[in-house]
Amino acid sequence: MSPIMLELLMQSLWETILMTAASGVISLVFGLPLGLALVITSRGGIAENLWLNGVLGAVINAFRSVPFIILLVALIPVTRLIVGTSIGTWAAIVPLSIAATPYYARIAEVSLREVDRGLIEAVRAMGGNRWTIIREVLIPEALPGIVAGFTVTIVTLIGASAMAGAIGAGGLGDLAIRYGYQRFETAVMVAVVAVLIVLVCGIQWFGDRVVERLDHRN
Amino acid sequence: MNKHVSWTASETETSEDVIRLTDLRRRFGETAALDGVSLSVQRGEILGIIGRSGAGKSTLIRCLNGLERPDSGKIEIDGREITGLTEASLQPLRRKIGMIFQHFNLLSAKTVEENVALPLKIEGWPKAKRLARAAELLELVGLSGKAKAYPSELSGGQKQRVGIARALAASPALLLSDEATSALDPETTRSILALLKDINSKLGLTILLITHEMEVVRNIADRVTVLDAGRIVEEGPVWQVFSRPQTETTKSLLSGIRPQLPLNIAERLSPSGEGDAIVAIDIAGLAAAGPFLRSLSAAFPNDSRLVHGGVDHIREQPVGRFFVAVSAASVSNLVSFAERLGAQVEVLGHVADHA
Repeated sequence: MSPIMLELLMQSLWETILMTAASGVISLVFGLPLGLALVITSRGGIAENLWLNGVLGAVINAFRSVPFIILLVALIPVTRLIVGTSIGTWAAIVPLSIAATPYYARIAEVSLREVDRGLIEAVRAMGGNRWTIIREVLIPEALPGIVAGFTVTIVTLIGASAMAGAIGAGGLGDLAIRYGYQRFETAVMVAVVAVLIVLVCGIQWFGDRVVERLDHRN
Repeated sequence: MNKHVSWTASETETSEDVIRLTDLRRRFGETAALDGVSLSVQRGEILGIIGRSGAGKSTLIRCLNGLERPDSGKIEIDGREITGLTEASLQPLRRKIGMIFQHFNLLSAKTVEENVALPLKIEGWPKAKRLARAAELLELVGLSGKAKAYPSELSGGQKQRVGIARALAASPALLLSDEATSALDPETTRSILALLKDINSKLGLTILLITHEMEVVRNIADRVTVLDAGRIVEEGPVWQVFSRPQTETTKSLLSGIRPQLPLNIAERLSPSGEGDAIVAIDIAGLAAAGPFLRSLSAAFPNDSRLVHGGVDHIREQPVGRFFVAVSAASVSNLVSFAERLGAQVEVLGHVADHA
């Protein structure tokens, strides 16, 4: 592979990491509270509100049912409003975040829902309020699942970011399509795939180690 | 009115009641979990509430700290009515009521000392102070070495000790125990009960425990209340209820722990007059402290014999239950003789002579 190609590969890797990390953080910041809201407003939750629960659930489902490539295009006006442009790596972060947030909210919801109700009852019995229950019970007890789910979300984002090439965002996926596929440069294709495998394995490994350290359930 | 057998002749002065319940009712759909429960618990006593599963025990205990709200009736804790309180005003109150659970309910993500210190964190204690208090409590329950361990590293009995330490952290006036030993083996159960008894006498803590195991009540309770289908069917000092159960519910709950007529004899029992009569004699308290069996065999030297039974001691009170075989001719004499000595006597039937 030529030095130019290598430089292109490194730049694409950087773009992928940037898109994934930025939209990952955003999906965590918004998705976790959303997942928490789904759990506490559900029937029997500590802040039961079935109306709000229904609305949140419907909005999340709506976003999750739109194919990402459509979302990417449909959100162009929103992207332009937020970033100032609808083209490039930063522009891709907006649709990626908007797609990943409801996805992560559902994953976090599952982990939070599995927290033993007896623990919530115990903290209620010792005089804890809702905020105490969220801070001392729900989040810490669900943390292994929350982190494992975040790892899954990051890996999914790496895959989704390949499509962001459609709006000129660059990244490894874009490189693979333009050089590896359209120009028949098999070496580039192989290199990109290898880098992606290493990246995904590394992230998964790191995520698993963190979960291992956090998990004291058994 | 409920079918209700009360042993306490006079109610004690109200100021000493930590808990007072008046006509508590709670329905879940068609079934009444609590159907007019009234009871009181005095300061420093251990009250056992026993019943089969579904008798309403859990609902009752959860009403006491407002985790469950009754449909009607009055709950007074330390003279303060809590029935109408909002969730927010219940919270400071709950801090003065400790609770332990069947499945311990320890937070898996926190260490033992963090678990014990959590009620104090909720009360707003500074970290150093609450960890010092946690260390004190862990010493009280005999787990000083486990402060930094996680609950998953502990045995069931140790987990419950942590649960007890946590329940005591905020120096509650009342401890609620929700089947706290039901998930433990008999030996661990005894050590946990001994710990509760010890805390009760050391700290003067009032304990209300619900259980379906008579053994638990027998071991540590001062008084017992028997709950069946949401109603109190019997209550009184444990030794009295044990020696003279008045209802079928109580008798069946007691069956595993009191002497029972041996099966081979029970099978041959017939209601009418052939052969020896089998008589069940219950005797307790002062009457049982005397030489009851000696008097009985002296009075009926030739035609009575002990088939089964023994004397147990509950809260220092002797409680005896005997099965005596007596010739048909002497049954009525023996019954009136035993009753004169203060026993409760029941003629169970007759068995034909041994082959």
